[in-house]
Amino acid sequence: MNIGAVRTFPEIGGHGTPVDLQLDAEGKLKHFLSIEGLSRSILTEIMDRAESFSSVAEQQVKKVPLLRGKTIVNLFFENSTRTRTTFELAAKRLSADVLNINIATSATSKGESLLDTVRNLEAMNVDMFVVRHAMSGAAHFIAEQAAPHISVVNAGDGRHSHPTQAMLDMFTIRQMKSDFSQLKVAIVGDVRYSRVARAQVHALNILGAEEVRLVAPITLLPDEIESLGVTVCHDMDEGLADIDVVIMLRLQRERMKGALLPSEHEYFNFYGLTEKRLSQAKSDVIVMHPGPINRGVEIDSAVADGDRSVILQQVTNGIAIRMAVMSMAMQRGEG
Amino acid sequence: MRIAIENGRVIDPANQVDLQASLYIAGGRVLALGAKPEGFEADRVIDASGQIVCPGFVDMSTHLREPGQEHKATIVSETKAAVSAGFTTLCCTPSTAPVIDTPAVANLIQERAQLAGNCTVLPIGSLTKGLAGESLSEMGALQEAGCLAVSNVDRAIKSTLVLRRAMEYAATYDLLVIIRPEDQGLSEGGFVHEGAVSARLGLPGIPDIAETTAVAQALELIRHTGVRAHFGQLSSLKAARMVARAQHEGVPVSADVSAHQLFLSELDISGYNAQCNVRPPLRTESDREGLRAAVAEGVIGAICSDHQPHEVDAKLDVFQSTEPGIAGLETVLPLLLKLVDEGILSLNEALARMTAGPASILGFECGQLNRGSPADVTIFDPKKQWQVGDASWLSAGRNNPFIGQTATGQVTLTLRSGQIVFDRNS
Repeated sequence: MNIGAVRTFPEIGGHGTPVDLQLDAEGKLKHFLSIEGLSRSILTEIMDRAESFSSVAEQQVKKVPLLRGKTIVNLFFENSTRTRTTFELAAKRLSADVLNINIATSATSKGESLLDTVRNLEAMNVDMFVVRHAMSGAAHFIAEQAAPHISVVNAGDGRHSHPTQAMLDMFTIRQMKSDFSQLKVAIVGDVRYSRVARAQVHALNILGAEEVRLVAPITLLPDEIESLGVTVCHDMDEGLADIDVVIMLRLQRERMKGALLPSEHEYFNFYGLTEKRLSQAKSDVIVMHPGPINRGVEIDSAVADGDRSVILQQVTNGIAIRMAVMSMAMQRGEG
Repeated sequence: MRIAIENGRVIDPANQVDLQASLYIAGGRVLALGAKPEGFEADRVIDASGQIVCPGFVDMSTHLREPGQEHKATIVSETKAAVSAGFTTLCCTPSTAPVIDTPAVANLIQERAQLAGNCTVLPIGSLTKGLAGESLSEMGALQEAGCLAVSNVDRAIKSTLVLRRAMEYAATYDLLVIIRPEDQGLSEGGFVHEGAVSARLGLPGIPDIAETTAVAQALELIRHTGVRAHFGQLSSLKAARMVARAQHEGVPVSADVSAHQLFLSELDISGYNAQCNVRPPLRTESDREGLRAAVAEGVIGAICSDHQPHEVDAKLDVFQSTEPGIAGLETVLPLLLKLVDEGILSLNEALARMTAGPASILGFECGQLNRGSPADVTIFDPKKQWQVGDASWLSAGRNNPFIGQTATGQVTLTLRSGQIVFDRNS
């Protein structure tokens, strides 16, 4: 299945061919909205480019002039510190001008529609929108509506996708492990509400991971999630057996109210990652978390800060990955 | 005016008529079919060769938007669109503002429809005051004001007890109760069918059990109260089977489905297509096949438009912020003919679901060509090709997922009570 609006219908009642919003006519990345629908070669290109950018941070002048004169708007309809900061740093290291707009305190709260906000910014001749929104499909909508020269990067939309997070996770895994085809990866926790998990599942499958295993109680798993190409396990010890990479997901406190979980205490007892549980996994297992972490809720501090944890390495890699994605989307047709 | 409709293929499912014949109309009523009555002099002769002549269509569910939401559509605009699409009778849902819970609103809608002069509008009364689901509406007065049925549409009913009492009270007046089955607890916060597509797109789901548990509950109450009941806009295979079983057991219950549910599925939402944001949600392909089968078997006796016109902006937002609904009146006929083309239904059966089917559910004199009954007649060209959304489009709402597609089958002329209310050639 593909990404993009269904636009072409021949005969009434028939079904159209989905239009691929993310790629331009030459198959180059135009928008980065979702991992789904992208090829292994594009994902590899993103990681290769990120690798070449990793050294920029070590230079005395941490800048490359690739996007000089370009204007990037961070359009955040939902609060985020880490993601917004790393996008901002990535844009600045590419020498772009960056505008941060926090919509939670801005025009849409005065009743302006999302489309009007986008049109107004377009009128200021910007080149890229980095969009974070609480609703699934927000970045798609903006990409569909935006002027053709504008690129849209999804910085997290509802429960749907967080593709730069998934790519920085893949990049981190690639640094630590050589071959995706030999990897068994467990994603543990609140998959139901997680855009990160959905994006990671697609990325791991496209990169050819041997197994993607979701570990959670039934209430935290979306209906028919197996259709995305995962195995499902409800027992933490079984779920971690023989695993190369453990990805822990953040548990929101609201889940107790929605009759999805009884208590944090019970959740930690059955699904919290502890040193003891981690011993079920392979000896060279790595532990990941998209952050921010809830110590003592989904992960024990000893594991979060332990020698198997690559959580801070993920944060560092976030900048290089975002530099890679932004430069690829903005440089199409210029190379 | 005396009208002769000559050379057409007349199909009148209520009377099992399907023949090449002429239809004669006088004094607003059907005078004769076949041989010309002695001394009949037509004021107007309509040549219907190559066309199908049938009773005017009856729609079980139309959102007219007036009063209260005239920025979306009006009674004038939508009844005009209706007659251009072959409808001569519309059931207007009570979700107007104010809702149809007083005779004043019911009368206002009928008066405005009469003034518009296009088609008959039958207001559906609100089952509860203000559609709030808490206390009973004045059903006796609503019936006197012309409501044949009452419904709480898609609004929650506070408790099973309120639903029980509402059914009992409606049964007192032999009012039809129309139920849009949805367990609001199970559907709360949802937007699309809960399944593979909602998992992929990260959209909160409305599971099919939201429909089936509501149908199960309603069926028990229908059995208990003996009320005449009708399920509107079924969306799942399982619910259709439950209704079939109940009908088999003799429970007085009927059902309809909206035409788009017979063609679209959850897959059409891929890419966050807001034009496919509808309630009940588009479900799986097997649900769609099951609904088609239930229509063919007659378990579902009516196909409706569930017409919900919107202004353009209502669909121009992130999927979850768009308003649900399809402006469906003008695509019902071509979709129906497509079902015939695909061999799901015969032409007679298809037209029955639009005429005799809904008419008998409503218990209203329409949807047939009996001698002496009001001459509500639709003439359509079953081969005429047109593009959905072209200059012929009349609804104020252009929110229809089939826009741009090539449709086959178009109405050429519509008569209501013997008056020409739509003529494509004039």
